[in-house]
Amino acid sequence: MHSGNITIENITKIEGTAGVEVTIENDKVTDLKFIIKDYRRFYTEAVLGKPFVASPSFLSRICGTCSVAHLFASLEAIEKSQDITLTEQTRLLRRVAYNGLMIRDHALHLYFFVLPDVLGIDSILDIPDTHDDPGHILLHDSFDIKKLGTDITDVIIGAAIHAPYPTVGGFLRTPDQTKFPVLIERLEKIRPQVLRGIKTFYDYKQELLSDSDFLCLRNGVSFDFIEGEITNSDGKAITESNFHDFLKSVVVPYSQSEGYLFSDEHNNYLVGSLARINFNKDLLNPRTKADTEEYLDVFPSKNVHHNNLAQAIEILQCVDDSLDILKSIKVVDEKPVRTPKKAGVGVGVVEAPRGTLYHMARVSEKGMIEDYDVIVPTSQNQINIEKDLKKYFSANLDKDEKVLRVEAEKIIRAYDPCMSCATNFLKIDWIRK
Amino acid sequence: MEPANTSAQSPEKKKLVVGWFSFTCSEDSTILFTELLNDHFNEWKTLVEFRHLKALKTNNSIEGLDVAFVEGAISSEKQATEVTKIRNNAKYVVAIGACACNGLPSASRNTFVPENMSFKTKWYLEHFDYSDKVKKLEDIIKVDDKVDGCPMNAEAFKAALWKYLKLFKIVENA
Repeated sequence: MHSGNITIENITKIEGTAGVEVTIENDKVTDLKFIIKDYRRFYTEAVLGKPFVASPSFLSRICGTCSVAHLFASLEAIEKSQDITLTEQTRLLRRVAYNGLMIRDHALHLYFFVLPDVLGIDSILDIPDTHDDPGHILLHDSFDIKKLGTDITDVIIGAAIHAPYPTVGGFLRTPDQTKFPVLIERLEKIRPQVLRGIKTFYDYKQELLSDSDFLCLRNGVSFDFIEGEITNSDGKAITESNFHDFLKSVVVPYSQSEGYLFSDEHNNYLVGSLARINFNKDLLNPRTKADTEEYLDVFPSKNVHHNNLAQAIEILQCVDDSLDILKSIKVVDEKPVRTPKKAGVGVGVVEAPRGTLYHMARVSEKGMIEDYDVIVPTSQNQINIEKDLKKYFSANLDKDEKVLRVEAEKIIRAYDPCMSCATNFLKIDWIRK
Repeated sequence: MEPANTSAQSPEKKKLVVGWFSFTCSEDSTILFTELLNDHFNEWKTLVEFRHLKALKTNNSIEGLDVAFVEGAISSEKQATEVTKIRNNAKYVVAIGACACNGLPSASRNTFVPENMSFKTKWYLEHFDYSDKVKKLEDIIKVDDKVDGCPMNAEAFKAALWKYLKLFKIVENA
């Protein structure tokens, strides 16, 4: 292709609406725009003036698929603003619930969105209904895996989407421990299916090397999605409360979401499973590590398509971590921890399925939200996605336009972007202090 | 949902032609729908042709829909035009989830006081094609059924789907 435009109006098999516009002049990509199109809902403005106890549940509505991540990040922010220290039981139960989120969300992405690429078909709806077909087997694995993730969250926090039990300081309802043995049995039984998925995404050979920095939480003790410090490729560790000081927001005039740069030595950066496995594979559950040894050798990796393999490994991590906790925990009735309302600021940072998620709450002495901010993974990955797409198109302009479109969608899909999340947040002018 | 009596399908095995669409929302009902597929994939695949389902398919069409399930509120004239086009291509439209049925929580900005709005909120409202108000589906098009909830009530959705499977004689009245 010598000159012209390639437009992908609506990228499919992702969460939300986004498009790509590529301008080509004289065999060179002169412009490329990754455009997030979902309309904003202005949650960080809408939450102002609400009581802090009501805010986490309200803000979980930011996203359907990772509502638990927003819920827990918001709870953490509020709890820190009020100097609330959680009980060990609450920390462990939240960890199991979060594993349930990861299992379901990763399985949705890998099997419903990416698997058709692996199989060379349009959709899971095109998978043959024959029991020995490899696609059929994997699809039915996905139903079992997703359902188990959902059922874990149902038991621990009341629902997979907009869960009702978690509250500031603990739980409104204590999870029913009599339901744990069935979950334990199903978690054990699901392992071979999860391992089949890991092998599938390991064998899926796609490559696009990114020269970006990586960021994720790391705590040095365990593979943890909730607790840790933000770590980058140089090993720089940043406390959760200082995270925003290291980010520079960039207005992307054609996109409904701002982008972010890490204003340290590296500019563009990538968050998500790839970053987590790159940095934290030494902390994986021993059983996960033992059973994925041959696949872990590819990490650390700069291949963005390895985000799929990293997610598949994280599913097993979540299965094994949940098994350990559910087998050992003795649940007792606990009231939520509460302290007298006070003015304060708190930051909650968690690893959402698709990367580092930041919530900041400023609360008045009457317990009302005075200021709120959220930084989501897809906004952070936006600039990198654009950069990687430009790299791909620049190196492959000799290919048929249809191929370019398909491959571009695969790259975007590998990032597992979520546009619903990406279009709610407003802070700008963050520079490193 | 009642199990499908596949033997009761018409000889030509017509399927219910369905489109699934999302506008301004968290897409939680889409996610719940994908969860329902864990249990209903095989059954629905024999009864329903998903002609438009962007979450699962690259090749989509809005032509000749029996039923359009529409999630989300309407934030702009462009979205209003799109949903009107969907209405014109569908025999029935079902509003899915709280944002489509009553606008909220996506319509929170309707209550913002302009003089209290942050600079950035104003900036986005001015620089993109936002309507003055976020609207529920019924403000734009005729809606035949509603499945409320945030996310949608799963049982109500299955009942609505079943209703149209019967109405179009995909399955006989059980």
